[in-house]
Amino acid sequence: MSLISNLGPGGKHGVPSGESRDPIGYLVAGLNRLAQSDLIDRVRLRKPAEQAVFSVTRSGFKTLTAASRTFAKTGRPSEPGVRVAAAPAKGVFDLTPTEDEQMLVDVVTEFAEEVVRPAAAEANESCEAPEALLKASLEIGLPILGVPEALGGISEERSAMAGTLVAEALAKGDLGLAVAALAPGSVATALGLWGTDAQQQTYLPAFTGDDVPAAALALNEPTVLFDVLSPSTTATKTADGYVLNGVKTLVPRGAQAELFVVGASLDGTPVLFLVESSTPGLAVEGDPAMGVRAASLTKLTLTDVTVPADAVLGDTEGTSYAECVRLSRLAWCALAVGTGQAVLDYVTPYVKERHAFGEPIAHRQSVAFMVANIAIELQSMRLLTYKAAARAAAGKDFSREVALARSLCADKGMQIGLDGVQLLGGHGFVKEHPVERWYRDLRAIGIMEGSVLV
Amino acid sequence: MPINLDDPKKFRPLVGQAHQVAMNMLRPISRKYDRAEHEYPKELDMLAAMIDGLSESGASEGAGAAGVRREEADSDTSVKNGTNLASVMSIAEMCWGDVGLLLSMPRQGLGNSAIASVANDEQQERFAGVWAGMAITEPGVGSDSANIKTTATLDGDHYVLNGEKIYVTSGDRADHIVVWATLDRSLGRAAIKSFVVPKGTPGMRVDRLEHKLGIRASDTATLIFEDCRVPAENLLGSAEVDTKQGFAGAMATFDNTRPLVASMAVGCARAALDLTRDLLAQAGVTVDYDRPGLTQSAAAAKLLQMEADWEAAYLLTLQAAWMADNRQPNSLEASMAKAKAGRVGSDITLSCVELAGSVGYSETELLEKWGRDSKILDIFEGTQQIQQLIVARRILGLSSAELR
Repeated sequence: MSLISNLGPGGKHGVPSGESRDPIGYLVAGLNRLAQSDLIDRVRLRKPAEQAVFSVTRSGFKTLTAASRTFAKTGRPSEPGVRVAAAPAKGVFDLTPTEDEQMLVDVVTEFAEEVVRPAAAEANESCEAPEALLKASLEIGLPILGVPEALGGISEERSAMAGTLVAEALAKGDLGLAVAALAPGSVATALGLWGTDAQQQTYLPAFTGDDVPAAALALNEPTVLFDVLSPSTTATKTADGYVLNGVKTLVPRGAQAELFVVGASLDGTPVLFLVESSTPGLAVEGDPAMGVRAASLTKLTLTDVTVPADAVLGDTEGTSYAECVRLSRLAWCALAVGTGQAVLDYVTPYVKERHAFGEPIAHRQSVAFMVANIAIELQSMRLLTYKAAARAAAGKDFSREVALARSLCADKGMQIGLDGVQLLGGHGFVKEHPVERWYRDLRAIGIMEGSVLV
Repeated sequence: MPINLDDPKKFRPLVGQAHQVAMNMLRPISRKYDRAEHEYPKELDMLAAMIDGLSESGASEGAGAAGVRREEADSDTSVKNGTNLASVMSIAEMCWGDVGLLLSMPRQGLGNSAIASVANDEQQERFAGVWAGMAITEPGVGSDSANIKTTATLDGDHYVLNGEKIYVTSGDRADHIVVWATLDRSLGRAAIKSFVVPKGTPGMRVDRLEHKLGIRASDTATLIFEDCRVPAENLLGSAEVDTKQGFAGAMATFDNTRPLVASMAVGCARAALDLTRDLLAQAGVTVDYDRPGLTQSAAAAKLLQMEADWEAAYLLTLQAAWMADNRQPNSLEASMAKAKAGRVGSDITLSCVELAGSVGYSETELLEKWGRDSKILDIFEGTQQIQQLIVARRILGLSSAELR
């Protein structure tokens, strides 16, 4: 880069690269430099500045070795793992959850109301889920929801529908905390779906035991117009394994994670790799975003990370990778539905209690119709999500259905977030109410790939 | 039984039949009767006979607008996929063929739905097989249907009807008309009752037929009632003016007919989507469901968004019908379905015209026709705004006095 282009205003601070400065612009830029300089502090020209708080869990690069446990290799690498059967399809249109699913939803709903929601504001500020909450989430069985019964889990058949209902119920409490709590179970579910006998025997006991490791599904990359099916992270085959290089972003709880599932391109085909956090070449740094902050989002950098040949999770044809992407999008749709329901449940009493011009604002059609549209689009999102989930659980192709659900949840979910804030007016814009958080969280739908799956 | 939102397996033959009828019978005459407004689509007589035959043989579960009556309670608590689901699915299929022609189908009028919904057993039997139009709207009364001015006065064993009704679908072709009239305007909505008036009853006449934006195959009549005497036993349901129960009886019809209109919008929109998807594919544009819309062409992204909206309207419609099949109160869901399907129907049909450019705008294709036909579906049986009002009142728990 030449010196001249370096002096230009573009390419940093969110300024497009084509911008140029006129004389006044140069003057202002110079003044700004001066304002930032230590000199004026030394001559005491500036009022004592408030200390900026960098609210990230982990800042700066940190090599991952510390907390990682060693996963002792066991089982038969060439044998397929235990697979649960698809849920039987009866061909009857039905919106009623099974008794088991309803029981699960009731438990998670209570947890979301009593534990998750009260912790949400604080977790958003600190970018960290409370330890006690994560512990409690293990007790209600979140990590083993998608793990086959034969391997110590609770899943007798494909759990996509149950997982969807649970993710929705949890997100009603808080989306960020839901992601933090669901991330380890997502990796466990992935192992249940695609793991070999050896992979399941090696890793799953940790997830079904008392000391469940943090784990994360790392698919996102810092690319504009990112297409998850064409990751820039590469896997290169070597004599006895693979070498991974690339950057993964928005990885939940990456700093605590002991096991990652990383998406990388192997000869142009996207493939999932199991990477233990103790592997040399991994580095993690805080990557806080607009929302989903309670999930302690991180950026994971892989530099010449060497993994053994049996680190491949699923096939190398791109089939399990695509399936993983779809199940992950399904989870994000469920999270959007839960968050949308939180918005609707919050604005409904608010507009009835808030008075303007001598009556509740809910008595005005412009207000009431916004609430009606939230309800209509929320139910639309829910039905599309359930349809995709039910097809996934039944072992049917659900690529079209999940694409439609994701498209709708991204568009209408954001609209619900916007309208939620708008209905509260100024109160919606301040942190005294949770609506601004939901607004930020709902922008994640349609952007997030990976992180969680059902 | 697990959650499942796929089309019910048992209706596959029915939907398949309806699709064949729509494709092979309605589509070939679709443009003809769009141009020849007010001309009777004689081809439909044979079709209606065929549908009657199918229902009698038990091979079909009612391919039209009839059969939305809630079945009597029985001890069987298993989940049902019944006549309501069958109706919305087959109507959607027929409207994939042509909305105007579906609305002109003999013996499948909205009045038939009203009879099926609120008539007593004796009336059900007496009016079996009639073709009944529905007369609610008046020149000064649209969405505020509680405000109608047509009167019914008891005179011996007859009611005497007086008033003017507009926008009566098949008002000239149908052999019976279900008319909303008030027994006593001072008693408000509770006094509104519906009356079945056979065609040819002295005092009822067709004043004129409307010239319309769309659904031109379907006739829309203005009816005048001047001292029109109707037998007292033609009053549907109870003659008692129950101010507590109020409007609920008459409005119950809407819980049943709104999912049907939603399914019409769903069917019409799918016609436009199917053709546009095909035309775009010929132009080299296809949707990759696994890739984000933003990484594909704008046309593909729009198609993806429209299909998502379409699917939402369809599933909301199925939900409302499924609830009716399983005897769950569904007036909220019925209004949600109609609101979503109504607006999505317009967006999809009009966007498909835009995507197809001059091919879409020209009369050589049917896209421009669907762009016109779809508009009425966001208006009749309760406009978009009325649906939003109903949904808002239900969600917010507000009365019609609080949220007006």
